[in-house]
Amino acid sequence: MIIPKLALRNLLGAGLRTWLNVVVLSFAFVVIIWTQGLYEGMNAQAERASVDAALGGGQYWQEKYDPLDVFSLEDAHAIVPDSLGAMIAANRATAILVVQGTLYPKGRIHPVMIKGIDPDQQLLSLPSHFLKTGEDRFPALIGSRMAKSTGLKVGDTVTMRWRDAHGTFDARDVEIVQVMKTIVPSIDQGQVWIPLDRLRILAGMEEEAGLVVVAQGALERPEAPGWVFRDLDFLLSDIKQLVRMKSAGAAILYFVLILLAMLAIFDTQVLSIFRRKKEMGTLMAFGFTRGRVIRLFTLEGALHGVLAAVVAALYGIPFLTWFARRGWALPEAMDSYGFAIGEKLFPVYSAGLVVATTLLVLVITTIVSFLPTRKIAKLKPTDALRGRMS
Amino acid sequence: MKKHSPVWILAVLVWTLAEAQVPSGDWILQKVDENIGSDNKISHSRMVIHGRRASRTVESRSWIQGDEKSFTEYLAPPREAGTKMLKLEDQLWTYSPSTDRTIRISGHLLRQSVMGSDLSYEDLMEDRKLRDLYAARVSGEEEYDGRVCWVLELTSKEEEVAYHSRKIWVDKERFVALKEDRFAKSGKLLKRTEVKDVQRMEGRWIPRKIVFKDMLKTGEGTEFVLEEVQFNAAIPDHVFSKASLRK
Repeated sequence: MIIPKLALRNLLGAGLRTWLNVVVLSFAFVVIIWTQGLYEGMNAQAERASVDAALGGGQYWQEKYDPLDVFSLEDAHAIVPDSLGAMIAANRATAILVVQGTLYPKGRIHPVMIKGIDPDQQLLSLPSHFLKTGEDRFPALIGSRMAKSTGLKVGDTVTMRWRDAHGTFDARDVEIVQVMKTIVPSIDQGQVWIPLDRLRILAGMEEEAGLVVVAQGALERPEAPGWVFRDLDFLLSDIKQLVRMKSAGAAILYFVLILLAMLAIFDTQVLSIFRRKKEMGTLMAFGFTRGRVIRLFTLEGALHGVLAAVVAALYGIPFLTWFARRGWALPEAMDSYGFAIGEKLFPVYSAGLVVATTLLVLVITTIVSFLPTRKIAKLKPTDALRGRMS
Repeated sequence: MKKHSPVWILAVLVWTLAEAQVPSGDWILQKVDENIGSDNKISHSRMVIHGRRASRTVESRSWIQGDEKSFTEYLAPPREAGTKMLKLEDQLWTYSPSTDRTIRISGHLLRQSVMGSDLSYEDLMEDRKLRDLYAARVSGEEEYDGRVCWVLELTSKEEEVAYHSRKIWVDKERFVALKEDRFAKSGKLLKRTEVKDVQRMEGRWIPRKIVFKDMLKTGEGTEFVLEEVQFNAAIPDHVFSKASLRK
């Protein structure tokens, strides 16, 4: 018990030098937790929004359907199998048909994915009910990003061209009935939503779909020959990977911060061992073994980490709590990243994140504190008392 | 009634004779094909692409064998020079010297414009004869650009055609299609082709300057100018191979 007491007394006795180290280290604590919290928040927000607006509880894809492969997309449609048809009839799934097309806003060419969706569906938060119009109108729903890039607004009429199942061109003037504000780019950028029945007729794909979205919480996964079920792990893998990538990028910042703090602690330790040789000799004369002296000096260094955690908690908890409530208003450029986050990002600080960060900093501080103390192992007590290092 | 009978007979006779004067749509299309068709062709052409701000000219040389094989090498501007395109039946490859790669153009890429022009790769791929794909009906006579033309209305006979219907103005004397409108299933006009200059080359009437226009897009369209053409030229088989793309 004497070692911790001595270590704490020595540390506090060092005054300003200790507090400078502690403040720098506490800053590293707060920044790591704050940044990681932002990434966790980003992940949670993007996942929740994507599930609500586009992914549901998973999707059945026609076997050739791959949204990232534009080459196979024109063949990625088939008649909805009875097993999935039954789920659709019971409002536990909804069909979407995808056809490649071209939009001509103000005479400019704009490649699009024309997506047919049931205007009555309620599984997704996508506001498809706007597509419920009379037969005399050809309604189309687009997202705000799409509206911005095409210059279209509600009430505008624009020519849309596509090819039917036989490859024959067709073109109609569609009316933009609503510009939806969504944070999910996958239902917005380059997408035009029209009523499913109209698209099926015009494209010559009666009763067909490219994918069937299953309702959240629907547990049945019926067999559907020619269709593949994609679960949320698969559908969200891109988001998770992107967050991981961004999170890894931020590690450079942590590395620099921790490096700064560790350099300061390392310097302090080296200086202590150089200046406090007589003290070491005295301790040895009183019966301290070299191992105990090493433990004392290592603990002194490591206690920087503990003090930093306390200081970080003092100003970090109020700051991080305030930030989590207020959110971070994202710059507009963030919208073009193709990431489903809204105008504000709310960080999520998990217990795991706080514990892991604390442990990481404490372990690194202890290692850095121990390294300079190895010199003590070679110290002869008589030399130490004379203030010499052998 | 009896005294009017000769008038009726005369009217019917005149009508029958007049009808007999109007050839069938198929016959006109056949004459158009006969005028322009040849087994082998080597041509040198220029494509003037009118953009929003400026126009640019792309020059090329093409070797064409029948309807199914063609090889094109772009000569200018320097940025496009050396780009080659090979079409064998329903397959198309392009070679770009800057990347030293050969790419097969398929799927949605076929709908992309060729070097920013109003022509798509798909338009270049069109090789089947119109009379095989469309039922032609002569809807009348009209003057176009000072020439008297048959107006043909074409409706697809098969399901798998790019354009559901077309309207063609064929020069009655020279059997050259001077204007062509291509329509979507809905009847919306999608593309227009207008011949601005016809010249006699090697005993045929050849459209020398054609303007292609995507009617849904703003702009002045793309001019295609045939500088030189050599019919029934000897073309070695190796020209139409993928290996020749990298040569």
